[in-house]
Amino acid sequence: MKRPQNRSEPVAALSLPGLRKGGKATRPWVPGADVSLRLASLLAFVLLWQILAAILDSSLLPSPAAVFVRVAEETASLVLPQHLTITLGRVVVSFLLAMAIGTAIGIAMGRWRRVDLFLDAWLVLGLNIPALVTIILCYVWFGLTDVAAIVAVAINKIPTVVVMVREGARAIDPRLMQVARAYRLSRWRTFTRVYLPQLVPYLMAAARSGLSLIWKIVLVVELLGRSNGVGFQLNVFFQFFDISGILAYTLVFAAVVLLVEALLMRPLERRLTGWRG
Amino acid sequence: MTGPTEMLEIDIARKRYPDRGGRPHLALADLRLSIGGGEFVCVVGPSGCGKTTLLNVVGGLDADVDGRVLLDGKPPSAGVGFMFQEPRLMPWLTVLDNVLLVAPDPEAARPHARALLEAMELGDVLDAYPGRLSGGMQRRVALARAFSIDPGLLLMDEPFVSLDAPTANRLRTMLVELWQRRGATVLFVTHDLREALALGDRVCFLSGSPGRVVLDLPVGLPRPRAHDDEAVSTLYAELMTRYPEILAGLAASAEDIEGGGDGR
Repeated sequence: MKRPQNRSEPVAALSLPGLRKGGKATRPWVPGADVSLRLASLLAFVLLWQILAAILDSSLLPSPAAVFVRVAEETASLVLPQHLTITLGRVVVSFLLAMAIGTAIGIAMGRWRRVDLFLDAWLVLGLNIPALVTIILCYVWFGLTDVAAIVAVAINKIPTVVVMVREGARAIDPRLMQVARAYRLSRWRTFTRVYLPQLVPYLMAAARSGLSLIWKIVLVVELLGRSNGVGFQLNVFFQFFDISGILAYTLVFAAVVLLVEALLMRPLERRLTGWRG
Repeated sequence: MTGPTEMLEIDIARKRYPDRGGRPHLALADLRLSIGGGEFVCVVGPSGCGKTTLLNVVGGLDADVDGRVLLDGKPPSAGVGFMFQEPRLMPWLTVLDNVLLVAPDPEAARPHARALLEAMELGDVLDAYPGRLSGGMQRRVALARAFSIDPGLLLMDEPFVSLDAPTANRLRTMLVELWQRRGATVLFVTHDLREALALGDRVCFLSGSPGRVVLDLPVGLPRPRAHDDEAVSTLYAELMTRYPEILAGLAASAEDIEGGGDGR
């Protein structure tokens, strides 16, 4: 009959402007041991690659050094930064779009059973429709435009956001919501300070898996129907069997992903869940 | 006494809710209770008699009721403090922010909230998260939260249950002091008759389900009183012999302090 006492534990803080959330809540930067282990893992990867390239000695697997030179060349000529910026722009826009729409639908489905029942079949369809199909259909219906590209990516991502946020909305602690009601908090304050913080772990999970999925799909979208961006460039390199070009772009892309994770996602998560410390 | 004191009138003809099988369960019937402004009324009753349901109705958490609740002639709106069986603090907010959460204007309320917390010996943990505090301290924060809005009406649902006796007594003393200093109409629900006698100006006894008031008893003992005062013990014993049938359920339920489940 009673809910377990620790129901409200796995939730996190949402920091809002105007409400004090001191730096004291955030833990200090990762201890040195963690960083060195991460670096060691990176070095091991490059080393393995070097060994493999040396053994094979083929133009199909250029050595790390050759690829780094290629990165420098492409960067110096500004070709790589230009395509990378365009791709990142598409990633950011479709990511934000997918998160916003997916969160709204997820909350509605988690909260109202009727909405859940009504949309559940759509959700299953959305989760299982191949990315390629939505991409092709979007291009056919909306033309070979950026809008079509972004819509196609967002459509692919929204269902997974919905599933995760719905889970979070179902796990909302009714006892904390009662506090908000008993003290007659405004809808806005209830939502931002009582409701959303409980969703934070689910939103973070959705954002993480969302970024990794969107990176991949954006490239496919660019390959199929855009004349710029990293995906387009990879296709060009593919036509010429330019493996070092492909690896150079891949490397930069991977570096960007790691940077986003280290400089954005992890600090954000530390900040939002600092209270658990 | 300072601060607002408001008269509370409760008139519940019928309150049902679906039980676990989905059938309607009659929790309260013909429950009438009138509390004067600034009065401290304790409601006692056996587990499952609808005490929590009563508070939820009065506090506006449950509007699906055949009856009405009036605070100074109007349905209660802002200015109602509520303490639950568990502290129910937001774990992601610091102690101070938890108190400010319920303030209509948090920035303006900050000095007042700080002063209140400091007076309640929580000055050292203003910026701590509730998860790091002991159970007793968490209740103290919840008590501070309830008083921080200068409530006209304070609703308390067995707020000191499952605490060790000294901690619970300390909180009771704190509650009575705050109430005497700031003034509020208090509706305090408990299944511990001794606690009710130690705290209330009046003690109302609810029957078993469906709950209604079967005995309304003024408590004239002088304050301050403590949970284990001789006067309280004497009155307790006297009531036990005088109303054995009404108090039978209480005596039994007081055994399992943890299991104070009231259905809702």
